[in-house]
Amino acid sequence: MIEIVEVRKVFNAGRHNEYTALAGVSCSIASGQVTVFKGPSGSGKTTLLSIVGCMARPTSGRVVLAGRDITSLPERFLTEVRRRKFGFVFQQFNLIKGITALENVMLPAYPLGERRAALEARALGLFELLCIADRAREKAELLSGGEMQRVAIARALINTPETVIADEPTAHLDSRLSREFMEIVGRLKREGKTTIIASHDPLVYESEIVDRVISVRDGKIEPGDP
Amino acid sequence: MSRLEKQRNILDYTLSSLLRRKGKNAALTLVFTLVVFMVASAVLFAQAVRREASLVLKDTPEIIVQRTVAGRQGLVPEAYVERIAAIRGVSAVRGRLWGYYFDDAFGGANYTLMVPDAFPYEPGTIVVGGEVARNSRTRVDNLLPFKAHDGTVRGYRIGEILPTESALVSADLILMTEPDFRSLFGIPAAEVTDIVLSVRNPQEIATIAHKIAALLPDTRPIVRDEILRTYDAVFAWRAGLLLAILAGSVAAFIIFAWDRATGLSAEERREIGILKAVGWETGDVLTMKFWEGAVVSLSSFLAGIALAYAHVFFASATLFEPVIKGWSVLYPDFRLTPSVNAPEMAALFFITVVPYTVATIVPSWRAATIDPDAVMRF
Amino acid sequence: MRKSTLFLSYIALMTALASASLLHARARGRSDLPRLQRNADLVRRLELTDLCLFTEAQYTRHPAVTVLHTPFQDHPLSFEHFPSGSLSGPPPRRASHE
Repeated sequence: MIEIVEVRKVFNAGRHNEYTALAGVSCSIASGQVTVFKGPSGSGKTTLLSIVGCMARPTSGRVVLAGRDITSLPERFLTEVRRRKFGFVFQQFNLIKGITALENVMLPAYPLGERRAALEARALGLFELLCIADRAREKAELLSGGEMQRVAIARALINTPETVIADEPTAHLDSRLSREFMEIVGRLKREGKTTIIASHDPLVYESEIVDRVISVRDGKIEPGDP
Repeated sequence: MSRLEKQRNILDYTLSSLLRRKGKNAALTLVFTLVVFMVASAVLFAQAVRREASLVLKDTPEIIVQRTVAGRQGLVPEAYVERIAAIRGVSAVRGRLWGYYFDDAFGGANYTLMVPDAFPYEPGTIVVGGEVARNSRTRVDNLLPFKAHDGTVRGYRIGEILPTESALVSADLILMTEPDFRSLFGIPAAEVTDIVLSVRNPQEIATIAHKIAALLPDTRPIVRDEILRTYDAVFAWRAGLLLAILAGSVAAFIIFAWDRATGLSAEERREIGILKAVGWETGDVLTMKFWEGAVVSLSSFLAGIALAYAHVFFASATLFEPVIKGWSVLYPDFRLTPSVNAPEMAALFFITVVPYTVATIVPSWRAATIDPDAVMRF
Repeated sequence: MRKSTLFLSYIALMTALASASLLHARARGRSDLPRLQRNADLVRRLELTDLCLFTEAQYTRHPAVTVLHTPFQDHPLSFEHFPSGSLSGPPPRRASHE
């Protein structure tokens, strides 16, 4: 379980372009469930995701992961936690051009010093799982939107994280591919993974796979949600 | 062994990344290799020639006495030989005859003519160096014509050709008897070109040289030490052409490093952001940048010095021929003994590989410290 | 084959080549000694003073024994003997024996 306690995030503090993305947010995210942060763009959902996923630190407040306060962990340990426990799927996919899909998927595991053969086998397994095994050796920029989406998901899963975080995953997908995405989320749920999604797409937050929807607006959680 | 695996993984990514711009990186590697090849060839060649000189010229005459007449080298009277012989400590004195002959028949070659102390053939016979024979397209027992001082043509039979292995000292030599030399050049019996002498005690060389200068004020003695030191200066870095090669190479490297150092493109910055976002630490990114520089520079450096060694010691430095030959018509066969100067090779490593690698890492420092969530905010 | 394997093999090969060339240099250094000695003997017998590197002019062919004024003997309009003049620095200053 992930707990967020009175988290505030202020960018460019003290300068003329000071901007408060999160103004005191508290919530709990249950394990093994699919939680969606719903809200318009600029509401602070992306910032919230990055703090939950240990990619950024809050300006004030605490983040408690499975009972352990990780807010003030040194950089190295925070990165280690993030690497092992979280997998990110970005809105823009953010694949590296010019290298193969397979290599893109293996990248997050490179610094961990795993033997190449085992890593490659696991990556190819993920390609199988996501039904894009035949695209593994293609250069990333030659893939279709849906294929890129799946490669991005595979990359998020390469280090077998407990939690998958996705930021506006259906923003560049049509309805069919959006539904396919939610099916994949369903599969992850059956495997016991926690999924956290930020989205303003009804196809996502109205899906029956979603366990809980939290509304975010202007850096605050809207009342009426537990 | 996970540290090693980690390095190999990062290296894999670096190589994939470099292969994305095959053409540019191949060209870079090629030029880098070429520059290292040129400089290393020059260094190896120079070192080998200097070493050959020091080993081979160690028995050069101990003292040579020349005479200056009106600011130019003039002939030495035979009488000087006896006067020098009278100096205490001198063990052997001899007047030498030698000079130059310009042969315009075959392209305009300059030969060095000498009368050695003991010449085993009778007058009318000469011994020639390898290049003389080659240039005149002649062999043993053939006649070689010379224009004498009085306008007549003399023919001398070639009795022997000096071995090729001695080319570096003998390529342009022509040896003949004293009577032949004197009649060819019209040098009277009482004169010699210069005087060579040896001393009983090598410690006394400088003292005796001083005495000769005092005794015969129109002469200049040259001692063995000075002769040997002349060849320390040959192909030295101070020499104009090698300095030009070095300057050109340094300029090339500055250009390489500048290309690397003028910051990263937006694309490169984005990619570093992605790597940070998927879990790479700052150190991992910098390791990748290190490999980026090291792959190109190390490959090129090793290839360059390997090719240089092969060029100088297996191909007799053929690429230097037009440069060294210059106006000469003759060109000795440089079968040099390999001699590797480790400090100079190490210096070459430190002025090529290290700056290039550093120039690849340093500009990336800033970008490598980017926050992992930055890519989400793009 | 894995890219890093290829690259590291290349580096290993080249380093081996470099070591081989050092060994080669040492071996040739030994095997060439007789030749070098024969040349040294020739130098002693013929009383030679210079290597036969550049045969264009007196001061390039016999730099060790050249009279210092010799370069001026060239015609004023003639080019300096290039590149031999640039490859062979001036001989070190002679100790004054006067």
